Amino acid sequence: MSAPQRKTDIGPPHFKQFLPPVIQKNYGSWKYHEVLRPGTMVHVAESGDKVWSVRMASPRLISTDFVRDICDVADKYCDGFFRFTSRHNVEFLVSDESKVKPLEDDLKKRGMVMGGIGSRVSNIVHTQGWVHCHSAATDASGLVKIIMDEFIDYFTTKELPNKVRFAVACCTNMCGAVHCSDIALVGVHRKPPIPDHARIPNTCEVPSTIASCPTGAISPDPAKKSVKINNDKCMYCGNCYSVCPALPISDPVNDGVAIVVGGKVTNLRTAPKFSKLVYPWLPNNPPKWPEVTNAIKGILEAYAKGAQKHERVGEWIDRIGWEKFFKVTKIPFTFQHIDDFTFARETFRTTAAFKW
Amino acid sequence: MPKKYDTPLLDQLEKGSYPSFVTEIKKAAAKNEQANDLLGALEQCYKDKKTHWKHGGIVGVRGYGGGVIGRYSDIPDQFPGVAHFHTVRINQPSGFFYNSKALRELMGLWDQYGSGLTNFHGSTGDLVLLGTKTEHLEPLFAEVSSRGWDLGGSGSAMRTPSCCVGPGRCEWSNIDTLDITYNITQEFQDEMHRPAFPYKFKFKTSGCAVDCIASIARADCSIIGTWKGDIRIDQDAVKWYAKNGMDINAEIINRCPTRCMSYDGKEIKIANEDCSRCMHCIAKMTKALRPGKEKGATILIGSKAPFVVGALLSWVIVPFMKMEPPYTELKELTRKIWEWWDEHGKNRERTGELIERKGMRNFLEFIGVNPQPAMIKEPRRDPFYFWQPDELK
Repeated sequence: MSAPQRKTDIGPPHFKQFLPPVIQKNYGSWKYHEVLRPGTMVHVAESGDKVWSVRMASPRLISTDFVRDICDVADKYCDGFFRFTSRHNVEFLVSDESKVKPLEDDLKKRGMVMGGIGSRVSNIVHTQGWVHCHSAATDASGLVKIIMDEFIDYFTTKELPNKVRFAVACCTNMCGAVHCSDIALVGVHRKPPIPDHARIPNTCEVPSTIASCPTGAISPDPAKKSVKINNDKCMYCGNCYSVCPALPISDPVNDGVAIVVGGKVTNLRTAPKFSKLVYPWLPNNPPKWPEVTNAIKGILEAYAKGAQKHERVGEWIDRIGWEKFFKVTKIPFTFQHIDDFTFARETFRTTAAFKW
Repeated sequence: MPKKYDTPLLDQLEKGSYPSFVTEIKKAAAKNEQANDLLGALEQCYKDKKTHWKHGGIVGVRGYGGGVIGRYSDIPDQFPGVAHFHTVRINQPSGFFYNSKALRELMGLWDQYGSGLTNFHGSTGDLVLLGTKTEHLEPLFAEVSSRGWDLGGSGSAMRTPSCCVGPGRCEWSNIDTLDITYNITQEFQDEMHRPAFPYKFKFKTSGCAVDCIASIARADCSIIGTWKGDIRIDQDAVKWYAKNGMDINAEIINRCPTRCMSYDGKEIKIANEDCSRCMHCIAKMTKALRPGKEKGATILIGSKAPFVVGALLSWVIVPFMKMEPPYTELKELTRKIWEWWDEHGKNRERTGELIERKGMRNFLEFIGVNPQPAMIKEPRRDPFYFWQPDELK
């Protein structure tokens, strides 16, 4: 069988063919929406038309069979139309109210999990990890699975003061907006790379390797046609390894997971914020990472208890202050918490007013 | 395909009530040799607590410089099925909308030419086909492209633009995020498929300041819908919220960052000239409050993740731009930005980093945008600034 005629530069299919008729008809004319259940909401158009969205969890890494199962469900209840959310959930788009309940029942019967709408935990944005990445300091899918298992009630039923957006990045490259999430995990190294002098001359371009280092820790080693690392300057970001594969940095014992909190991307109430460091390192302990889940539990429980309605994690911390945050969460405060990198001076306290 | 590997560590991740990626890999492994070996290779990573993937080599399809990420195992003798395990990025439709017919067809092709594993979606937004062999790339591309799908971006190129659900299903959207995304993707096909930039360049479009696509944190060009004019108030709906138990003073009025609202127990009043359009009141009282009628977007430039010298959020460059097709102003601005970046950017230097290095003034003058207070949090604190000869006597 010969291959069909290939085409180039056609771009993606036009989205319009994938919009259900009710959306085509009311495109841009939505009036309001209501959250009916943790996994179901209804949008009402100016015309009075309605579309129900039923949100179902997905592990993001899915088989073709999983996609075909989604297709079967969509064919049965919503004329084959569905979408994915920006956090990788599936949304079935139903235009016939009488099909909403049977759809929810069917998903339950299939063992699927619905939820994530409103002031809850939604699915976790994450990177490839050990499934598919060369620079991963930890796995991503595994961490996501154990966190979502641990906090499943906050996805399916229980409410929090506001949304809590988790994210997982398997290294400091942070593919995905981990640096602006309520609670985020990031894979970190703790030892400098070890130059493989036998491979560097043939594998790496020395000037771009030197230029990749943000702290100027890499210098040429002309005798070996290689590079030297100043271990006192290296803060183990791993950017050099992205440029030069002969600078391996991964270390099963010393690599681990850092936790950063209090970030947000939305402009609601307060400006978007970066997440800040609270746990500099926790051990890589697959497949369940118990130290990591315990740490998150402590933070989430303190937030649930202390935050006012509508406060995101970062807004709660802004109100109570970091000194109180470390007190109520009982997280040890260390030298690693005090910035000594590029934005350090912006982070030092310049007021005599703080809490005991 | 018979079971090839024992996976006691990964098996533990099939328990628990959240859907399991391990179960998904096993489903694919039951009929696919590559997925089967991925399962074994991943168990090995869990055992060794380290990754077993090598840097990508240069692989792709004819005529394109991106869209495929080369991936090779560092233990190919142990797991020959993933000796090559390349990722194919398929440009997703705007807003991640699909129908069953189109995806069934695509999944059939992926079973034929790849591992049967996917990501819906990758971090940037692509529909990711996870793992295939070099010799399958061309036939796969011929099959998918003849059916209307194209590859996304990778490397030092325009990356696949993405957006929130927008006017498809959201009452807050001030702009047609879906159409803008489709339109710029079509406009810049060459820039996406044939990497020629200093580094990556990302577009993300959100319909309002809630920013569901996180554009302000991870797009070199963040397009965020906004409005001019008064917030429209339905006072009957305000009463409905009060009657249904909302503490309007605590939840809305006292949470307003600019203190531009008041509530006398009956009606909400807004001093619109003081409103900064953060969206809190509108998002919480969606039946009662709606954005003003003159719609457009704020264009912000420069956000990125921490590499190399720290993460950046995007900076306001154009406070208000009308967004009507064919989006000529946005496209012209984009081309100017790329021209400047192309001229001055170092290898692997993002747009935001270049603006920091060369100075905002240099950037603004080149792209032809005048200084405005909306661009800054505060004016400079230092007394060290430049004058041009024509500004002096």
